[in-house]
Amino acid sequence: MRRKSLLERIRLFGRAAIDVLAVLGRSWLFLLHALIGRGGIGGSFQLLVKQLYSVGVLSLAIIVVSGIFIGMVLSLQGFNILSSYGSEQAVGQMIALTLLRELGPVVTALLFAGRAGSALTAEIGNMKSTEQLSSLEMIGVDPLKYIVAPRLWAGFISLPLLAMIFSVVGIWGGSWVAVDWLGVYEGSFWSNMQNSVSFTDDVLNGVIKSVVFAFVVTWIAVFQGYDCEPTSEGISRATTKTVVYASLAVLGLDFILTALMFGDF
Amino acid sequence: MSVDNAYAVELKGVTFKRGSRSIFNNVDIRIPRGKVTGIMGPSGCGKTTLLRLIGAQLRPASGEVWVAGQNLPTLSRSDLFDARKQMGVLFQSGALFTDLDVFENVAFPLRVHTQLSDEMIRDIVLMKLQAVGLRGAFELMPDELSGGMKRRVALARAIALDPQILMYDEPFVGQDPIAMGVLVRLIRLLNDALGITSIVVSHDLAETASIADYLYVVGDGQVLGQGTPQELMNSDNPRIRQFMKGDPDGPVPFHFPAPDYRADLLGKR
Repeated sequence: MRRKSLLERIRLFGRAAIDVLAVLGRSWLFLLHALIGRGGIGGSFQLLVKQLYSVGVLSLAIIVVSGIFIGMVLSLQGFNILSSYGSEQAVGQMIALTLLRELGPVVTALLFAGRAGSALTAEIGNMKSTEQLSSLEMIGVDPLKYIVAPRLWAGFISLPLLAMIFSVVGIWGGSWVAVDWLGVYEGSFWSNMQNSVSFTDDVLNGVIKSVVFAFVVTWIAVFQGYDCEPTSEGISRATTKTVVYASLAVLGLDFILTALMFGDF
Repeated sequence: MSVDNAYAVELKGVTFKRGSRSIFNNVDIRIPRGKVTGIMGPSGCGKTTLLRLIGAQLRPASGEVWVAGQNLPTLSRSDLFDARKQMGVLFQSGALFTDLDVFENVAFPLRVHTQLSDEMIRDIVLMKLQAVGLRGAFELMPDELSGGMKRRVALARAIALDPQILMYDEPFVGQDPIAMGVLVRLIRLLNDALGITSIVVSHDLAETASIADYLYVVGDGQVLGQGTPQELMNSDNPRIRQFMKGDPDGPVPFHFPAPDYRADLLGKR
């Protein structure tokens, strides 16, 4: 293979940088057109309800099952470590803080990207490849308002609610293992949790995190579908990108948000 | 700038590029009002691109696209969506909404653009489906239809709002003789019965020439010729004659440009 000259490498790097900037620019315009202006969410409440069902309700099963198991595993691990210090009564506090601050928002967002995000990308990509989006445009209906906006809003609304449900069932699963199986005193389990969990510092910060993740994951998912190459290979690539980009964005943003919310600089 | 009322669509000096490749170079096309106009040319010459320029789904690098008295590339996004209500497009794939049945597909433009009652919408949808011969299929889902039926449902949807201009993107591709005959008859019938302007983009010579009042032949980013089907059949232009007679070799070569055949076979691998 021919070796690339330094000038050629600089040119390729510059081209790649311009492409990235172009995608960023397109994604912002896409978001603004979808959410702002005439024919927004007000006129499409039924579409929103339909998407809330497909994006939110249909994700419930995976969220609930994962939440229960993660809570149960946390309980087992927590009990194992804390009992060696004679502090097994604090396992409730540990489970609640871990779920509300970190695992609830982060794992829900990752699962959401895999279940609902990939489905959104594939659905919109398929509409593009079968000319349904073009068809809407020519009927005089803006696909950004009719197809994209309800899905964006459904994601923004669903993910924080799913994260709350995840934390609640996780705590319930943890209490089942700790109290009913391992014999931690029920009063200590719940009262330690109640005393140590702050609504503003823990619950609210967790909700803020999940709102940010909801925004980013849903935006990435619908944009990848809308911007994909309208072929089977293009849709497959876009779906993969959604899961990879959304997961990395969630983990990166989680670090930044945690540093801002809980960091003591 | 005003436009001639005899023409429903006018492209003036339109240039369109994909990257550095020029698809159309300073093209002028006028589509007569109330007629069936065929736009023909070899595959890949930009016929569908031309339809998308007329529908303003693509913007030209330069030039004007006048439709119903409006220069579409200059319109705002919302005005453009309003302007498109006067147009109907039959896409190559039909582009039916896969989550809606036949009835709801045809009813869709009426539901989003009008305040008609459900009873009124039902009557209009059944009339449109009757026009394409598929009233009995109103409960079927798109995946239960054949390719020809999908295009007929899409046609019923395209005429739901009684547009002034109806565009057909390769309507005859992949159709059996019966379905093709039905579509040919429908295009002519709808044009005459509804008094609309029809633009048929196709490379199917016999079918398009049989219904078109006027033909454009495009290629190499330009209009190679125009006229009635008979005038083009008798054209002296060798490129138009090759296309109209379907000769495999001529000004458009059979072989894609390649190095010398002998040198390629005997040369170093």
